Amino acid sequence: MRKIVLPGDLLASNPKLAGYGTYVEGDKVYARIIGIYEQTDNSIRVIPLKGKYNPSAGDTIIGIVREVISNGWNVDINSPYQAFLPVSENPEAKPGKKLNEVLDIGDAIIAKVMSIDPRMRVTITMKDKICRAIRFGRIVAINPARVPRVIGKKGSMIKLIKSELDVQIVVGQNGLIWLNGDRKKVAIAEEVIYIIEEEAHTDGLTDRVGEFIRRRKNVQT
Amino acid sequence: MSRPDKFIIDGKRLDGRLPDQLRPIKIEVDVLKRADGSCYIEMGKNKVVAAVYGPREAFPRHIQDPSKVVVRYRYNMAPFSVEERKRPGPDRRSIEISKVSKEAFEAVIMKELFPRSVVDIFVEVLQADAGSRTACINAASVALVDAGIPMKGMLTSVAVAKVDGVLVLDPMKEEDNFGEADMPFAFLIRGGKIESVALLQMDGRMTRTEIKEALNLAKKGAMEIYNLQREAIMKQFVEGGEENA
Repeated sequence: MRKIVLPGDLLASNPKLAGYGTYVEGDKVYARIIGIYEQTDNSIRVIPLKGKYNPSAGDTIIGIVREVISNGWNVDINSPYQAFLPVSENPEAKPGKKLNEVLDIGDAIIAKVMSIDPRMRVTITMKDKICRAIRFGRIVAINPARVPRVIGKKGSMIKLIKSELDVQIVVGQNGLIWLNGDRKKVAIAEEVIYIIEEEAHTDGLTDRVGEFIRRRKNVQT
Repeated sequence: MSRPDKFIIDGKRLDGRLPDQLRPIKIEVDVLKRADGSCYIEMGKNKVVAAVYGPREAFPRHIQDPSKVVVRYRYNMAPFSVEERKRPGPDRRSIEISKVSKEAFEAVIMKELFPRSVVDIFVEVLQADAGSRTACINAASVALVDAGIPMKGMLTSVAVAKVDGVLVLDPMKEEDNFGEADMPFAFLIRGGKIESVALLQMDGRMTRTEIKEALNLAKKGAMEIYNLQREAIMKQFVEGGEENA
């Protein structure tokens, strides 16, 4: 069982080790969020177990259009901040085409975070090959802090689900996951994702998930 | 309720506790599904629910702060929480408690990480016995951790009262209503130690030495509560591990 730390727990007395989820005060490193303690040779970090999505540049996210304005779209990205998608960053927008015909309120999109200014104004882009408007499939929402477990170490978990179930999956860093493929298999994948979310803090999860998928597949065939 | 003749008989208090003993405490985490973090606490006869939402977009917009998060704290007593029906809605007392508690939490929440957003803390008193504000702070502190909000440490709160010239920890209703003084504390606990005082109020009279003594008594009680808070938060993860075993 890995060690879970709470805000204010003393982690180390070498400020050079301080990594994500920690803060330094008076030469001491403390945890600042609830999470799993992880120590490597040159850093200490706390992997969050709870919390909202905090956007950072380069993240792949799934958002929902909330507002169409003259020069772009305001997109809800499941974080404390709304993101802005300028017209120039959406390759589907062509001159002469109305903005609400390209993307309308309620449409879901896969996008990337382009930049964040110090006042936390988030700009997103769709100029990437995985970015697109979502017109089919299913979107599953989980706690954004559990996203790293859904992806797994170097993508191991997501690869497992993809190869076992043969479904298309795009994991947004903001906790929204898009699934597409055979209906029954998508249903299993959704269940699997909820299991991962529920048990994110436990060990040996990938093996258990693999076993679960195989068992579910046998029941159905 | 009338004033008892004596508060301490044979070294024991009206409810059989020793002067430095807490009331029984029960803490449950993650009781509300819709909230980002929540907590239910029972401290003696106090029953309190805390819910934390956020950080989320601040509305109305004019309350936004471009450099840090805004903390909102609402202490509210249910009409049925006291013997005689309390008129619902905020009154002078609950507004004051909300303000001082909010200021205590502002000192521990790392506000600069979420500019332009707001963290909402709601605490509802379902049943009040003395020291409901301390129960509320303890509950809110656990709910904030449960919501994954970055903080410098945890807040733990406890009151000390003076009855019959004796300092007593965590007073119950009779001691609070008819005692000579009542002093709620909230401490910032970090690295398993009490770092600083985040809230201190007093009503009544105490001498300088009594205040020092009260502080020590409160610190001792706070550490006990802190351990219970920790235990409650950790418990949800242990259970999760057993489910799939």
